[in-house]
Amino acid sequence: MSIASQPGNAEAPKGLLARAWDSDVGYSFRTSPVAIAAAVVTIVIILATTFAGFITPQNPFDAATLNLMDGFTPPGEAGAGSGMKFSLGADSQGRDMYSAILYGSRVSLLIGTASVIFSLLLGVTLGLVAGYIGGQIEALIMRIADIQLSFPAILVALLVFGIARGLIHPSLHEQMTFIVMTVAIGLSNWAQYARTVRASTLVEKRKEYVDAARVIGLRAFPVMIKHVLPNVAGPVLVIATINLALAVLEEATLSFLGVGMPPTQPSLGTLIRVGQQFLFSGEWWILLFPSAALVIIALSINLFGDWLRDALNPRLR
Amino acid sequence: MIAHLIRSLLQGILVILAVGLIAFSMFRFVGDPVASLAGQESTDADRAELTERLGLNDPFPIQFVRFLAKAAQGDFGISYRQARPVADLLAERLPATVELAVLSALFAFIIGVGLGVYAAINRRGLVANAVMVLSLVGVSLPTFLIGIGLIYLFAVELRWLPSFGRGDVLRFGWWTTGLLTETGRKSLVLPVLTLGFFQLTLIMRLVRAEMLETMRTDYVRFARARGIPERRIQFRHALRNTMVPVVTIVGLQLGSVIAFAIVTETVFQWPGLGALFVNAVQFVDIPVMAAYLMFVAFVFATMNFLTDFVYVLIDPRLKA
Repeated sequence: MSIASQPGNAEAPKGLLARAWDSDVGYSFRTSPVAIAAAVVTIVIILATTFAGFITPQNPFDAATLNLMDGFTPPGEAGAGSGMKFSLGADSQGRDMYSAILYGSRVSLLIGTASVIFSLLLGVTLGLVAGYIGGQIEALIMRIADIQLSFPAILVALLVFGIARGLIHPSLHEQMTFIVMTVAIGLSNWAQYARTVRASTLVEKRKEYVDAARVIGLRAFPVMIKHVLPNVAGPVLVIATINLALAVLEEATLSFLGVGMPPTQPSLGTLIRVGQQFLFSGEWWILLFPSAALVIIALSINLFGDWLRDALNPRLR
Repeated sequence: MIAHLIRSLLQGILVILAVGLIAFSMFRFVGDPVASLAGQESTDADRAELTERLGLNDPFPIQFVRFLAKAAQGDFGISYRQARPVADLLAERLPATVELAVLSALFAFIIGVGLGVYAAINRRGLVANAVMVLSLVGVSLPTFLIGIGLIYLFAVELRWLPSFGRGDVLRFGWWTTGLLTETGRKSLVLPVLTLGFFQLTLIMRLVRAEMLETMRTDYVRFARARGIPERRIQFRHALRNTMVPVVTIVGLQLGSVIAFAIVTETVFQWPGLGALFVNAVQFVDIPVMAAYLMFVAFVFATMNFLTDFVYVLIDPRLKA
C-alpha cells in the first residue's frame, strides 16, 4: 500500500507552477495588466526570434536569396524583381526588413543575455568573495568596483572593445565580434551585482546557519555557494532583468556607433545605423521598423523588470 | 569639513592614478608601439634603437612614472593614425564638447527642476501625470534614437535646423565658439536637446520624489501650522532641502555627460572629443584612446571634488 492512498493524505501537493500562481508574487502578476502585457510581448519576441528561420520569407543574410531588383520596395508592396510581397519593405539590396529585424533582434537578444550572464557570474563571485572573506581582498574588489561604477557603461564597453581589437589578429575580428561584444558589455556592468551581493553577504554571514555550516567543517567555498548564495540571489535576479534591457540598448548603441556587430551579421543597432543613411532620401521604413523593434524590446523587458522589483520588494507589499 | 574635502581630494587622485595605470598598460601591452611608429622598412637596428629611445627597456614602474609625468604636462605621444601630437587633437576638439556638455547640463537642470517641482506640487494633475509618463518613455529610449527622431522632425520634415556639424565658429586664441554666429547657434539646438533629454528626465524624477518626501516632513507641517503661505513653504522651505541630493546627482552626472556626448556627437557629426574617441576605437589608435580616458578621469575627479565642495556650501549642517 502506497503512502499517497492513505486516508488523511488525500490532498495531493500542488505542483510548482500552481504554487507560484497562488503566491503573493503570482497574485501581484495576475492583477497587473502592465506586467502581463510586458511578459506576453517579451515571450512572443523571444519565440519569434528563436524560430525566425521558420516564420520569415527569406534568410536575409544569404546573398543567394536576395534580388537586387527588389531594392527599396515600400512596405506592403510586391518587389519588382522577385514579385515577393514585402510586408515591412525592403532595403537597398532587396533584403526583406521583416526578416532582417527578426534575425537582428535575435543577435541583439543573444548578446544581451550572454553579457548579462557574464556580468552576473563575475559580479556575484566577486561580491561573495568580498563579503565573505573580507580584509584586503574585499578592499581591493570594492575599490575596483567603485572606479568602474564611476565611469559610464558605454565608455567602459568602448574601451574594452578597442583593447580587444588591438589584441586580436585582424583576420579574426569578424568571427570574434560576438564574444568581444559580450565581454565588453559584461565587463561594464558587473560592479552593481558585486555591490549588492557583498552587502547581503555581510548580513547573511553573521547568521547562525552559516556558523553551523562552518562548525560541521565545511570550507569557505562550499559555504558560499551552497548556503550563502541562495539567500542573496533574490535582488540579483531583479537587477539582472533590468540590466537585460540596458544590455540590449548598450549593444544597439555600440553597433550604431560602428564599433559593434558588422553589417554581415547585424544586430538591431547595425540595422539602425544602416537605415540612418536613408533618412534624407525618403526610404523611412529601413530606419523606422528596426528602431521600433528596439524600443518595444527594451520597453517590455524594462516594464517587466520594474514590476518584478516592486513585487519582490517587501516594503511595498 | 576640511577633513571631508581632503578625503574627497585623495579619492580623486586615487581614481586618476588607477585610470593612469590602465591607460599606461594599454600603451605598453596592446599592439606594438615600436612597430606602429617605425614603419615597414625599418631594420632590426632601427627598431632596437627606437625601443631604447622610447625607454621601453626600463623597468615597468619607471616607465609608469615617466608616463604620468608626461601626461601631467599634457604630453600623450603621437596619434598612430593621424601622425599628430594627441594633445593638439584634444585641444582642437575640446571647445566643441565643452560647449555642448555645459549647455545641455544647464538646459536639463533648469527645465528638469522646474518640471519636477511642478509635478510634485500638482501631483494628481493631468499635465503632471502626462509629464511623468513621457519621462518614463524618455528613460527607455536610447540617446541615438532621440537624436535621429529630432533630426527627422526638425531637419528633414520642417527644415528649420541643420542636422550635422557646428556651423560657423569664431576663434578666440585656441578656443572656438559657435555661440556668436547664427548658424552656430542653430547647429547647437538639436545636439543640446538630445544630450540634455536623458538628464532632464532623471533630474525631474529625482526632484519630484525628493520634493514629495520633504513635503511630508514635520518641519513643513509645522510651517503650515504657523500659517506660512503654501507657495513660500514650497519654494523657501521644501525646495531648498530638495536641492541637496539633486546637486550631488547633477554634479556626478556632469562627468558622465562628457562620455554620453560620445553618442550625441556621432549622431550629429559634432567635431568633439567623443567622436574622436569613437574613431580611435575603430582604428585602435591607442594614444588617443588613452588620452581620452585620462581626460574623462580628470574631469570626473574634478567634478566629484567640486560637488562635495558645493554640498558643504548648500547644507549648513556639514559646516560644523
